[in-house]
Amino acid sequence: MDISAISQYTPLFVQAFFLTVKIGWIGIALSLGIGIVCAFVMYFKIPVLTVIVRIYVELFRNTPLLVQLFFIYFGLPKLGLTISAEVCGALGLGLLGGSYMAEAIRSALEAVPPSQRESALALGMGKGQLFGLITLPQAVSSSVPAILANVIFLLKETSVFSAISLMDLMFTAKDLIGLYYDTTECLVLLVIFYVIMLLPVSFLGRWVEHKARFAIYGD
Amino acid sequence: MGSLGFEVLFKGTNMLRLLEGLGVALKISLVSVLISIVLGIAFGMLVSMKKPAVNAVFNVYLEIVRIMPQMVLLFIVYFGTTKSLGLNLSAEAASIIVFSFWGTAEMTDLVRSAIISIPVIQYESSAALGMSRLQTQAYIIIPQTIRRLIPLSINLITRMIKTTSLVMMIGIVEVLKVGQQIIEANRKSSPNAAFGIFATVFLLYFIACWSISQLSKYLENKWVK
Repeated sequence: MDISAISQYTPLFVQAFFLTVKIGWIGIALSLGIGIVCAFVMYFKIPVLTVIVRIYVELFRNTPLLVQLFFIYFGLPKLGLTISAEVCGALGLGLLGGSYMAEAIRSALEAVPPSQRESALALGMGKGQLFGLITLPQAVSSSVPAILANVIFLLKETSVFSAISLMDLMFTAKDLIGLYYDTTECLVLLVIFYVIMLLPVSFLGRWVEHKARFAIYGD
Repeated sequence: MGSLGFEVLFKGTNMLRLLEGLGVALKISLVSVLISIVLGIAFGMLVSMKKPAVNAVFNVYLEIVRIMPQMVLLFIVYFGTTKSLGLNLSAEAASIIVFSFWGTAEMTDLVRSAIISIPVIQYESSAALGMSRLQTQAYIIIPQTIRRLIPLSINLITRMIKTTSLVMMIGIVEVLKVGQQIIEANRKSSPNAAFGIFATVFLLYFIACWSISQLSKYLENKWVK
């Protein structure tokens, strides 16, 4: 192992790290937004929209991110929609994640036991109160583990960005290996930076998961 | 302009080549899934015995798989071992190793939770009926575990098929790579091929994974109730 090579490459990896983290978290924020909207549409069974949302969710849950990115980045420009690699990365991640988040949130909403709803109605609560005070808090609490698992999954998926020439960690490693053949050093740096990116999220996630069990019925 | 690039599919054997590419991806994922299921069942039974040392090792293994992107693992196995160990693995062997490494961890976790989820009452009732430990396992526990496992492992197959799209990054010619080749070859005659081809690849993956996940949903409704 060549220490001087490592110290020489580290700044490049740091730069790539921040880009990966930035696009990753923008994508995750986007996916949460899409997921919440889609989950509500499916939960309330809004006509027409439900069908569209279902098709979107099934389409994006059953295809790889790499294929989605290729389609958005190389396919759509042929229809006149050209977007930059960064926007494409965040958008692709957001669309992929949105479909996963939508399923996670919808199943949490539907998992709230019917007795809760019936009790709330028996107490004379209105529809708004029922949803805002009874269903939603319990669903938020029970959807946390699935959402966190999705966050980790999406952060890992950022490694695919290199395929559309986004200067992320994977691309930097591949580029440097191709230029200088310091394969071992680059791979070690790559692993270190992914650990820095994901290990805290993984540990923090377990803690949050533990804290978020406040409203689970019968626990 | 005006065309969407779907006409390329009907030139020569292009559609057939795309399907063959998908076949390569499916083959890699099937082999890896089989390896993962066998190893996962063995490890899962080991882990569910709750020996502290075994579980500590397994937790570290699971955490590695949990946080390392599959692409990084692919690069380590394909490029890293060549450079530092002098091993000359074929790209397909490297991807099967990586996907099995990942799948085994997932499968072990599934097997463990399936075994744990069998209520104690099942063991107690079979003991009350005078069954031996072997009989309890063979007639009561294993059949129930398998029913819970099959839908979940089918789910793992679809995730594996989706992840095999990454193998083009280490030079395996699968459906995406074939798609790129077709686009390059027809750059002049149909400049819009990128749209048609990638839309087709998108749909091919969707059809493959969606039909498998419908099967898993069906089995889950039938068996796990």
